[in-house]
Amino acid sequence: MTAQKVVGDQALPDSGVALPRRPRAVRRLARGVPSLVIVAALLAGWQIYAVTGNLGTDVLPSPAKVASEGWAHRAELWDNTLPTLRATFAGFALSLVVGFALSVLIDASAVARRALLPLLVVTQTLPLIAIAPLVVLWFGFALLPKVLIVALVTFFPITVGLVEGYAATDRDSEVLLRTMGAGRWRIFRTLRVPTALPFFFAGLRIAITYAVVAAIFAEYAGATSGLGIYMQNAKNSFRTDLVLATVAVSSALTLVLFGLTYVVERLVTPWVHLARRQGRAS
Amino acid sequence: MSTDGAAPAAKVEIRSLSRSFDGLDVIRDLSLEVREHEFVSILGPSGSGKSTTFSVLTGALAPSAGEVLVDGRPLGRRRDQFAYMPQKDALLPWRRIIDNLTLGLEVMGVRRPEARRRVRPLLETFGLAGFERAYPFQLSGGMRQRAALLRTVVQDRGVLLLDEPFGALDALTRAQMQQWIEEVRGRHQWTVLLITHDVREAIFLSDRIYVFSPRPASVLACVDVPLPRPRTIETLTDPAFTRIEAELLGTLLQRG
Ligand SMILES: Nc1ncnc2c1ncn2[C@@H]1O[C@H](COP(=O)(O)OP(=O)(O)O)[C@@H](O)[C@H]1O
Ligand SMILES: [Mg+2]
Repeated sequence: MTAQKVVGDQALPDSGVALPRRPRAVRRLARGVPSLVIVAALLAGWQIYAVTGNLGTDVLPSPAKVASEGWAHRAELWDNTLPTLRATFAGFALSLVVGFALSVLIDASAVARRALLPLLVVTQTLPLIAIAPLVVLWFGFALLPKVLIVALVTFFPITVGLVEGYAATDRDSEVLLRTMGAGRWRIFRTLRVPTALPFFFAGLRIAITYAVVAAIFAEYAGATSGLGIYMQNAKNSFRTDLVLATVAVSSALTLVLFGLTYVVERLVTPWVHLARRQGRAS
Repeated sequence: MSTDGAAPAAKVEIRSLSRSFDGLDVIRDLSLEVREHEFVSILGPSGSGKSTTFSVLTGALAPSAGEVLVDGRPLGRRRDQFAYMPQKDALLPWRRIIDNLTLGLEVMGVRRPEARRRVRPLLETFGLAGFERAYPFQLSGGMRQRAALLRTVVQDRGVLLLDEPFGALDALTRAQMQQWIEEVRGRHQWTVLLITHDVREAIFLSDRIYVFSPRPASVLACVDVPLPRPRTIETLTDPAFTRIEAELLGTLLQRG
């Protein structure tokens, strides 16, 4: 079964894999050009201003200097990236578990919903600048406080995405499953969870953009290593170039994680992507 | 309507069924019956309470009064007597066709390999062979309806409840589906209760037609269709067909 079958007037690829690969890749790159141009222009302006102005490199280092100093200190940067990544991943894992558990509770019981939702919103109003040092005070300088802070910052969009996703479940399908003899739990996993997946990924993408920054903030509040610590040390020794190099690393991490969510989404919900592409083609 | 003791025992019998929602009467004193291997249609204006009648049969709604008998016994809390096909096909977009077809069996606790084994022999008949791995959005409207019907049939329950299965199809596809149903039904000896608002569809497919009144639903007329089977394109021009069509339209328009 490799040939295309024709259904009505639409071509149906059996394997679900796209045929025209290269043109699509080219088109996607082309779409990135405008933002690349803007970034290049900003960097050029900054470079010119930093070199011609008389601000001194400890105030405004040029992008070229940031890049070359970052590269020269790549070993230290890498050594400090690892603990930050560890805290990010562990915190995010906890956030997924807690976020999912909360969403199940909220979906299962109206009482839980009324009891929990306001509390969850309150957790999002806590000023991190006050909370982070306290969490470090209570849980020490090891991994745990960072994990907790990352989870605190990122679970909310995940929970909200799931809860709203469950609510989007098709009524007719639910009735149908019930006539087949399905109970609540069966309907939840067969119907509600798959319906919620696209919403979940929307929430996941919001959450992941906070994750690295939250880990760095937690390190700032107290740690022995990590990008937050490295940044703080660089600032204290007036190495603005290294502060900015660390910022670049942290942005790159977030961008990579953000991109990863699309990869995972396509693997977990292939039908969404396929349907969208077919919709565009016809 | 004759429901005297001499007639053969009904497979399904609805007796004086009533149902209301917060004082709004939707079904009032409704009685009908379906015998084994019979194809029976419910014809009525939209909003009259046809789908609500199905909800009572599937157990989704409790009757306010009256009762439903299956094989002569009260339906009670039994949920496994009817296989239901909703108005929309309700195929799950994330499941490939084969996994949509086995859904009912899986819910009933049949293991996936076994469920697939039972579905496979039917794929050819339902025109779905080769499309097992497709997603629902990749199928045409007619194929989706056939998939939904196969999902219903394979549950192997006593009676099929089909709620306007062809309502969303274009006229040509619908005509094709009707002829196909007529053919397959004869071979498989299904017992069917069909909801439709298409008079010609009801005549073409049915042994008997119940005409529902506007809300609250009750039976306005019960019309037998003595046309010979198997029915074909020629059936549509049979004088008896035209006569029954006139009779049904008369009943519907007089009260609509
Ligand atoms: N759960 C419900 N609550 C209140 N009214 C309902 C409910 N279900 C159906 N109805 C009403 O009952 C009437 C008949 O609905 P339905 O059985 O779906 O009609 P149809 O004959 O078109 O299938 C409609 O007027 C609808 O508003
Ligand atoms: Mg209806």
